[in-house]
Amino acid sequence: MIDRRSVLAIAPLALAPRLAFAQAPAPQMRGTGDLGVIIERATGSVLIVETTDRTVLTRIEGLGDLSHASVCFSRDERFAFVFGRDGGLSRIDLLGGRIAKRIVQGGNAIGGAVSDDGRLVAVSNYEPGGVRVFDAETLALVADVPATSRSAARSKTVGLVDIPGRAFVYALYDAGEIWRLEIPVSEAPRLTRLENVGKLPYDGNVTSDGRHYFAGLFGEDGVVHVDLWKEPLKAERVLDGYGRGEAPLPVYKMPHFEGWAATQNMLFLPAVGRDELLVFDLSTLKELGRVQTYGQPVFAVARPDGRHVWVNYAYPKNNVVEIVDSQSLAIVKRLEPGPAVLHLEFAPRGHEVWVSSRDADAVIVYDTRSFQEKARIKASKPSGIFFTARAHVIGK
Amino acid sequence: MLLSKLIVAICATSALAAELDRERLKHLVVQECGSCHGLVLKGGLGRPLTQDALAHFPQETVRDIILDGIPGTPMPPWRPLLSENEAAAIAVMLKNGDIR
Ligand code: HEC
Repeated sequence: MIDRRSVLAIAPLALAPRLAFAQAPAPQMRGTGDLGVIIERATGSVLIVETTDRTVLTRIEGLGDLSHASVCFSRDERFAFVFGRDGGLSRIDLLGGRIAKRIVQGGNAIGGAVSDDGRLVAVSNYEPGGVRVFDAETLALVADVPATSRSAARSKTVGLVDIPGRAFVYALYDAGEIWRLEIPVSEAPRLTRLENVGKLPYDGNVTSDGRHYFAGLFGEDGVVHVDLWKEPLKAERVLDGYGRGEAPLPVYKMPHFEGWAATQNMLFLPAVGRDELLVFDLSTLKELGRVQTYGQPVFAVARPDGRHVWVNYAYPKNNVVEIVDSQSLAIVKRLEPGPAVLHLEFAPRGHEVWVSSRDADAVIVYDTRSFQEKARIKASKPSGIFFTARAHVIGK
Repeated sequence: MLLSKLIVAICATSALAAELDRERLKHLVVQECGSCHGLVLKGGLGRPLTQDALAHFPQETVRDIILDGIPGTPMPPWRPLLSENEAAAIAVMLKNGDIR
């Protein structure tokens, strides 16, 4: 039985939102857990995308030089921090589809990280070499830590990651050092320096438990490891001499540790100057095997369940993506998404992967089980793809 | 008469070919060199490749750096991928500030 009065009472209410909408389009009520950001490197713009129906929500322009740009997210997954090559740090409101705040904090930046409590955003700079830390809300400067050392006047900083305890770890490219920077709430920042870790560390990353930091070396055949659970911190060489004395091939694009493939106890790392992935055991830090690949790996990213590792390659072999089975170490599939594949990002539970093809001006979405193309999204010279689920992962 | 028309046509196509080649090399410099030197060549892991930054290098030196790289650093030799003429053309474009 329907009560007439209550129906009448509801009717005007149901009408109200539609009237309000006609006057000013209010932001749509929605979550942000399935949103993401695609960098359009040549035009200094980003696309805000939604990954459930695979659509573009908005394009945001005016972000400066976005070659090698990267993105981190606020704890509430509402804001994206975009780190531009030209030192630009932009805080983007994903729901409002606008730049909430933008500063130019340095001359030449390479990446950034957000602290575990979400209050701090750190940026690593090539020029002036060092790390600057900002308030994540206001982008006011909190700490400025120049990378000066005994062996180099000022170093480019690379491989910046967040670790638990309002802290960050990064490497000094020119000086060959690894630093931990802690920023306690009401005390002065604390710095721990590890010197002489190896020649030209070019990138670094931390496992998602915040324990193992690894930096790749360009000047030597090896990888540096720091166990962040063992005080005092110590830098140890692992995979020493992985090139077995063979002359390395020329490297036309630096490999990345960002988004590296860690599955169970295994870590897959791109070798420098070799058409190989190095596989090693995280508990023993010993080599488990190698995967011969089509080209020199740039990104090797594990599907979130760890069963497969997807790999892309350096110029001129950058039209191919290969998929490695983490159990057999065999390559199970080769895809050709388009020319100049620059990056890939998995949906949080790995059912789909988004792959950017810069020279096809497209991002291609694949089903990760059937390897079938599910969608193709137009983007202008797309490079990095970043989904909001990163907000809740240590080191991302 | 016919012959001269033909010559004009041939010159026009080869001029077009040269122009296409320049565009291809520019794309390579912006995108592939740019991954280490910055899209606008103002520097990244590698030093800036702007006209000012390269002013103190003779053109031949720039060409040779491109062909042979700088051993002990990430600057790779491009000889496996570029001819001497292509490297020289890139050196000229960089020295003239023709790319951005
Ligand atoms: C994988 C990274 C990488 C790529 C790709 C790359 N370079 Fe370099 N390049 C470097 C680095 C690093 C240096 C600085 C080496 C040093 O420390 O002296 C450099 C130095 C140079 C120099 C000398 C600059 C100076 O002031 O000493 C020139 C010229 C140059 N590169 C041109 C190019 C050109 C042209 C291309 C593309 C065809 C290119 N590079 C691609 C990494 C790269």
